[in-house]
Amino acid sequence: MNGTFFINGRKEEWSFAPDAVLLDVLREHGCTEVHRGCGEGVCGTCAVVLDGSLVNSCQVFAASAREKEILTVAGIGSIHAPHPLQTAFVETGAVQCGFCTPAMILAAYCLLKKTPNPTDDEIRRALDGNLCRCTGYVKIIEAVRLAARRMSSYE
Amino acid sequence: MSDLSVVGKPILKVDSLSLACGTARYTADFEVKDPLHLVFFYSPHAHAEILSIDDNPARSMEGVVDVFHSGNTPSELYTTAGQGYPEPSPYDTALFNKKVRYVGDIVGAVLAESTAAARAAAGAVRVEYRQLEPLFDPEKSMDPGAPCLHDDGAFAPLPVPYRPEENVAGEVLFSFGDVEKGFAEADFIEEETYRTHYTNHCAMEPHAATATFDEKGRLVIYSSTQVPFHARRTVSRVTGIPAHKIRVVKPRIGGGFGSKQEIILEPYVALAAWKYKRSVKAELTRREVFTTARTRHPMRVRIKTGVKRDGTITALEMNNIMNTGAYGAHALTVLSNAGSKVLPMFNKIPNVSFTGRAVYTTLPVGGAYRGYGATQGYFAFNQHVDGISRKIGMDFVDYIKKWHIREGETSEVFKAIGEGTEGVSQIIKSCKLSECLDRGAEEIGWSRLRGKRITSGSWVKGVGAAVSMQGSGIPKVDMGSASMKMNDDGSFNLYVGATDIGTGSDTILSQIAAETLKVPVEMILILSSDTDLTPFDTGAYASSTTYVSGQAVLRCAGKIRDQILSAAAVLMGAPAESLFLGDGGIVVNRQTGEEASFSKIACFALYSHDQFQIQAGASFTGDESPAPFMAHFAEVDVDLETGKVRLVKFVSAGDCGRPINPVLTEGQIEGATMNGISYALTEQYLFDPRGKMTNNSFWDYKIFGTLDMPEMKTILAESNEPTGPYGAKSISEIGINGPAPAIANAIFDATGRRIFDLPLTPEKVLAAIKGVK
Repeated sequence: MNGTFFINGRKEEWSFAPDAVLLDVLREHGCTEVHRGCGEGVCGTCAVVLDGSLVNSCQVFAASAREKEILTVAGIGSIHAPHPLQTAFVETGAVQCGFCTPAMILAAYCLLKKTPNPTDDEIRRALDGNLCRCTGYVKIIEAVRLAARRMSSYE
Repeated sequence: MSDLSVVGKPILKVDSLSLACGTARYTADFEVKDPLHLVFFYSPHAHAEILSIDDNPARSMEGVVDVFHSGNTPSELYTTAGQGYPEPSPYDTALFNKKVRYVGDIVGAVLAESTAAARAAAGAVRVEYRQLEPLFDPEKSMDPGAPCLHDDGAFAPLPVPYRPEENVAGEVLFSFGDVEKGFAEADFIEEETYRTHYTNHCAMEPHAATATFDEKGRLVIYSSTQVPFHARRTVSRVTGIPAHKIRVVKPRIGGGFGSKQEIILEPYVALAAWKYKRSVKAELTRREVFTTARTRHPMRVRIKTGVKRDGTITALEMNNIMNTGAYGAHALTVLSNAGSKVLPMFNKIPNVSFTGRAVYTTLPVGGAYRGYGATQGYFAFNQHVDGISRKIGMDFVDYIKKWHIREGETSEVFKAIGEGTEGVSQIIKSCKLSECLDRGAEEIGWSRLRGKRITSGSWVKGVGAAVSMQGSGIPKVDMGSASMKMNDDGSFNLYVGATDIGTGSDTILSQIAAETLKVPVEMILILSSDTDLTPFDTGAYASSTTYVSGQAVLRCAGKIRDQILSAAAVLMGAPAESLFLGDGGIVVNRQTGEEASFSKIACFALYSHDQFQIQAGASFTGDESPAPFMAHFAEVDVDLETGKVRLVKFVSAGDCGRPINPVLTEGQIEGATMNGISYALTEQYLFDPRGKMTNNSFWDYKIFGTLDMPEMKTILAESNEPTGPYGAKSISEIGINGPAPAIANAIFDATGRRIFDLPLTPEKVLAAIKGVK
């Protein structure tokens, strides 16, 4: 089947199998920044922002994401113009293997949209659906704190 | 050492922005044209002989290209362990076995135009088995009459103990002094048995490999591997494809922790691609990672010590049985490390004996996993020492401080036991363990909380500690190399065989080069782990990269510096002795103050005078393996009504020599510590009575998330390791060794009950509190 998707502000017409999940369709079309960690909706490495909400793309049928806005980490900043969250993750040492990082950053992005000055507890709750095996989460939480500070001082 | 400008600084990880922006590519992200997909099918039985395989139904399905199995593929035995050559692990594995030895053993693989077609066809293959008696209890593996699991020609390529007829995949025996005499001199004997469990690395990226062809028809394998050079060698051996026709490229890796020190997928994609001359992709699912990839070896550790009333240990006997599962990957070496990394800690014990056996069972296959045997050994050792110190009425921290190995000291164990060979003598040249203990105790509030049993309702508080040491590479075995060339803008290409799997080794190796050449790290353009482009390196394991590969980089950069100075001497018309490297890529004449930029010197060499490329290569193998040290402290609250353990605070205080990059060092400690905490409290393999893992998903196999973590504190007790690059030792593994025993000791402090087997679940804690056996 076919569908229109709005990926990081770009309009795409893609064909896909009726039972295809969004993760596979995104990856097949080059959005390899969306990673497959478990394929079962637990680890969060495949998370994207779908019409403003963080979802595990391995649990969403591509068909149901048609006509919707999909944001991946590539949509919030680029290597030449990184988002404050991306810089904060880099500066605090929160990126180790980096496999969880794009989705982790999106989870933090959704948090900071709603709660610009989160408490540590709010940060932990927002990131709970995203597993990381490298960092022990310490520097990830620090990164979100730093980004929140910088982003609210811009405003 | 304030004269260092790059080393010791929290330089940003060189690849981190690309990872944070999603432009970095992992193995599965590489687009290849028109790939075929490989999917495996597995044994549903723990132990069975394959009588027949009917692949016709699968072959006739749409999109199916081929079905590989023991009936139609080479069956040469090899080991999946990615180790030095010849490997100390037994050759007991075939690509497709005629006999299966655990639920999840690879029976065959379907090659198809899509993953979906391959999966459908994999389910259509009809395999007829004759079931054999399974063997689930490692303590019964060596019993007479136990089923023999490897009776088909398995062998050890090195002259190491290997007796498949007894299900012994590895044996380690050593002793010194006279243990019986030592026990006789003791005032009391302490003897306990501890058990550690099956767990999984849970690297976020599942194993993946892609084989494709370059324009000359050579096979290029992209692989999520920690050991690209070992992978090329093993692939060539098992598939018969000449090694010079194979190039292994390691892209970004989504974590390894030892799981990718195994050659799991590479031979299969190579075999299929070579046969059909088409690109082939394979990617394990998370469930497959749990069941068919590698695990931490479970171990039974029995320790017996003879102790005098003043705390002197007169004799120590350690007896280990390690479950290696169905195959012997890393069997001997993980077992060795349970002794060799643990027993030197108390180096003043005159009489020591170690007996270790790695045995086969019909359960999942153990492999390399961060900590590598030391984790298992230290779970036992630290609880044992906690018990002894309590019996003699001495504080655990004081007791360790009195007896632990120190700078200038050695241990008989170092030379007694290596990895599959004799060990190598060494004297400890840097050790700040006492400082780690003091600073950690202060941070956790040891004197305020220890033994106080502060209660709140049904909750009672306790604190516990643990210490450990590890190594830095395998002496006289692990080798790293680097090559480097200078560009005409004064930048440098640095090529290393070392494999960055997320650890930050690309960054710290760049820092070592930058420091030596006194340039900013941006001027070092690093490329790592491509068997065509970079020099050899044994790989990312054994806590070796900073120490071994770092020394190779240091030597290489030193040669480059010498060449720069001699080219500059001609350019500047001054003797080389009067020149030195200034900061930021310049050569300075000490006498005249005259300066020449690196760019000018490089251009002079490349374009003007005696034209040549400033370039060099260097290798390094350690003569010793300096140990990092760490002290861990846990504060727990235990619910006496439910047995639940709430980890309140955790402190890791480590000595890794000089941290090349303190932020990345902390990150390694924090990650390893959290992994160890999760290992201690929640992670476990559950099996049904037929030997099938029943919780092979992140839904049911619980690893810690952000809501589970305690307050974490990391302390770096800096020392200077004279044999290490800029004083550095390793840090990657040691952090995982302490959490389990520190938490177990804290539970004892809170409840007066000791838990002898992992994980420390509420059920076990409650049973111990209630006195249930």
